[in-house]
Amino acid sequence: MSVKLNALNSDSYIDISQYRDQHFKGNRYEQEKLLKQSNTLYVGNLSFYTTEEQVHELFSKSGDVKRIIIGLDKIKKTACGFCFVEYYTRADAEHAMRFINGTRLDDRIIRTDWDAGFKEGRQFGRGKSGGQVRDEYRQDYDPARGGYGKLAQQHRPTEGRNSF
Amino acid sequence: MPCIYSASIELLLDVAVCMRHQENNLLIPERERGQAHKRRRTSEPIEIEDRLESLICRVGEKSTSSLESNLEGLAGVLEADLPNYKSKILRILCTVARLLPEKLTVYTTLVGLLNARNYNFGGEFVEAMIRQLKETLKNNLYSEAVYLVRFLSDLVNCHVIAAPSMVAMFENFVSVTQEEDVPQVRSDWFVYVVLSCLPWVGKELYEKKDVEMDRLLSQIEGYLKRRVKTHVPMLQVWTADKPHPQEEYLDCLWAQIQKLKKDRWQERHILRPYIAFDSVLCEALQHNLPPFTPPGHMPDAQYPMPRVIFRMFDYTDAPEGPVMPGSHSVERFVIEENLHCIIKTHWKERKTCAAQLLSYPGKNKIPLNYHIVEVIFGELFQLPSPPHIDVMYTTLLIELCKLQPGSLPQVLAQATEMLYMRLDTMNTTCIDRLINWFAHHLSNFQFRWSWDDWADCLTVDLEKPKPKFVKEVLEKCMRLSYHQRIVDIVPPTFSALIPADPIFTYKYVDESASSLPGYPMSITVSNAIKNRASNEEILTVLKEVPNPNQEDDDDEGESFNPLKIDVFLQTLLNLAAKSFSHSFSALGKFHEILKTLANSDEGKLHLLKVLYEVWRNHPQMIAVLVDKLIRTQVVDCAAVANWLFSQDMAHEFTRLFIWEILHSTIRKMNKHVQKIQKELEEAKDKLEKQQHKRRDSGDDEDMDKNSEDEEGQLEEQIERLQEKVESAQSEQKNLFLVIFQRFIMLLTEHLVRCETGSVDISTPWYKNCIDRLQQIFLMHHATIQQYMGTLENLLFTAELDHHILAVYQQFCALQL
Repeated sequence: MSVKLNALNSDSYIDISQYRDQHFKGNRYEQEKLLKQSNTLYVGNLSFYTTEEQVHELFSKSGDVKRIIIGLDKIKKTACGFCFVEYYTRADAEHAMRFINGTRLDDRIIRTDWDAGFKEGRQFGRGKSGGQVRDEYRQDYDPARGGYGKLAQQHRPTEGRNSF
Repeated sequence: MPCIYSASIELLLDVAVCMRHQENNLLIPERERGQAHKRRRTSEPIEIEDRLESLICRVGEKSTSSLESNLEGLAGVLEADLPNYKSKILRILCTVARLLPEKLTVYTTLVGLLNARNYNFGGEFVEAMIRQLKETLKNNLYSEAVYLVRFLSDLVNCHVIAAPSMVAMFENFVSVTQEEDVPQVRSDWFVYVVLSCLPWVGKELYEKKDVEMDRLLSQIEGYLKRRVKTHVPMLQVWTADKPHPQEEYLDCLWAQIQKLKKDRWQERHILRPYIAFDSVLCEALQHNLPPFTPPGHMPDAQYPMPRVIFRMFDYTDAPEGPVMPGSHSVERFVIEENLHCIIKTHWKERKTCAAQLLSYPGKNKIPLNYHIVEVIFGELFQLPSPPHIDVMYTTLLIELCKLQPGSLPQVLAQATEMLYMRLDTMNTTCIDRLINWFAHHLSNFQFRWSWDDWADCLTVDLEKPKPKFVKEVLEKCMRLSYHQRIVDIVPPTFSALIPADPIFTYKYVDESASSLPGYPMSITVSNAIKNRASNEEILTVLKEVPNPNQEDDDDEGESFNPLKIDVFLQTLLNLAAKSFSHSFSALGKFHEILKTLANSDEGKLHLLKVLYEVWRNHPQMIAVLVDKLIRTQVVDCAAVANWLFSQDMAHEFTRLFIWEILHSTIRKMNKHVQKIQKELEEAKDKLEKQQHKRRDSGDDEDMDKNSEDEEGQLEEQIERLQEKVESAQSEQKNLFLVIFQRFIMLLTEHLVRCETGSVDISTPWYKNCIDRLQQIFLMHHATIQQYMGTLENLLFTAELDHHILAVYQQFCALQL
């Protein structure tokens, strides 16, 4: 009688999110299929100063990490606050979604999400200014992510650091 | 939730559909609440099953109505649906009995109400439970079997099962203690089941059958007295008995039941909804359990491992508020059981898990936060290994702190302080886990801690457990941040414990090194790499490196040349020192050269030695590079083991990173073997399928020939894989032999030296080393089991010093 009850089987932390990569080569169905089998996580809200070593230390707590790819500003080729973490097994990646997502790295709450798999080019920010899109439009001041958002910076006299 | 009598599930669901928009509607699965949905037809069978599941699983949770009225209502709904959905309902109830033990009495009450209304259903349920019990035992699901038996025993309280038949089942269980030539863990389990039911049903059984129960308990007492307890030291978190003894689990439970008996089976902690329904239930007819013979012992049975009960708090630690039940009170047992069950049910969803823990029924009468923290640390420190992945506990504690910010962090800080105070007698494996937990926890709270409170650790030998602990914690904290951060967070008095700045140490750094024999070549190699020379070109360059080991250079320069390895690797790693990715890229690009340089055992050892020399301030980097070198087969696992145990590494032997590397290496070896075994199994399956296909395909000659070819190929593949498996297993066995041999050599040397010098053997080094030996057994017990014969014949013989042999004997006593 090895019976499973749906009501008791909840594992919502590993569900795929609403995000779909607009640059994905393939249809929605294909992308979702890959997301559901993926061993790779997208990690967001990193500080620009967070290192590969720090990411490795944290994400190794859920299993052996195969590879980390730090996200880069397309123009400056410097870290721009996201990365990909690839595990050898899906199970280890699932543990990261359950227990590392939503906790802190470098004092910031980071967010992890399933990724369909790293392809060359995806390590670059897609914002107009070279970084991530979210840093184009945000209004707040975040010293670990270049200060004000790019759009907001245009309306301010140059102050603070927006590169490092 | 409205209280509806005799309403059909369809009507109830119509109501539920109307209430769908309400957040608290328990009839709607959590994910769908408060969301706009298309109105669904309510009569789809799958939907009904889902709704039934939901109704049953959710009963007992927070509700505007009382538990009693919800149970009454649900019983009415289910009774009305028995004609159409009986088997579904039976299946769901059996499953919650097995998987939701923390809500045991809620569901026994429900079954009691159903039995009162429908005697046949009660009988069918009991039969289904017995079938399920047999299945779980057959499938080695022993903890679930415990919950099933406990459920059955509580059904006695609900007038579903007659007390004498329950006693008869218990008598059959206890008779297992009379069996001969069975593993102790088998009879242990049957005794445990009986004892663990008594908090729930002891009173009722004693009222009905006190003579039989006394006889039962007396038999159990006799068994407990003659049980072998060699395994206990291996499982204890602390070696000291103060302030709280680490009791063997059966001893503790026995003491608790003894006390319960002395209190005349008065037990006030368990929530018993059936009491409110007594007038209804006592009218019900009871069923007799069929005679249940425990299944015989099978050689492949995997009984649960013995445990030690983890205690760190007593009533003196929670000075305000409700009193913590004593260590031998049955309340303590029930609370701990329920909290463990909640974690087991909800561990994958930390918010739910934390919420469920904090809403434990009866929480106002106990210092719940202390119980929760104790149970969580108990699991984290459990030997051989925690029930769930370590990082889950860190995140769960953070969630709990979020939900109870005014009280839980203080309890956690108090617990941390207590654990620190008792480090001197804590098992090294547990200290490892404490280090990892504490550093990770701090990294979520800006590394705030009152380090000064621990200034006492600065006054003793830095190899002692307390300063060692602080040092390792700071090193882990640094890995999650950066060096300067650590300097900033500790008082200046702690500077001796601050980790080294993790920078590269280059032998050939500048002209000051120009007198070194490898210096000129390092410049050449460095330039060659920068100019993108090919591997062949670089190997040619390297041929010029003189070999300090030989008088005349051999013609091809192929033999082991330590200087060549030194020059190349130092130079390469220096150029790639910027990050992990740079270094991985370098190892990948020059893989051929590395393989060539390390094509002997001495070569491999020297490679690792050089790696350590340049990165000795950055243990994290050493670990990831060793990992890559193994995965790319530049070095093998045995080489890494030999390197870690070598004289050159003796001064680092007690550092945590050494053991992380060793265990990671063993795990890679294990995974490698498993992978090839899996490939072999798959090939065998494929062959079988192919053979079936040929038999079924008839007389088609062409198909036959193709099939034969394919089969031939598969057979060849299977032969190759078989050889691969044997070779991998041989390598695996050799790895463990190397490791154990080295341990024995080191420990024997120490013991002999101390004996001749009449010095106490218990130095910090010795305690660390013997714990590390134990850790190998505990962390890899499943794999080591296969090689027990060899280990016993070759290494762990009677001639061995008894201190070392004891570790082996304790491991065997676990009967894993």
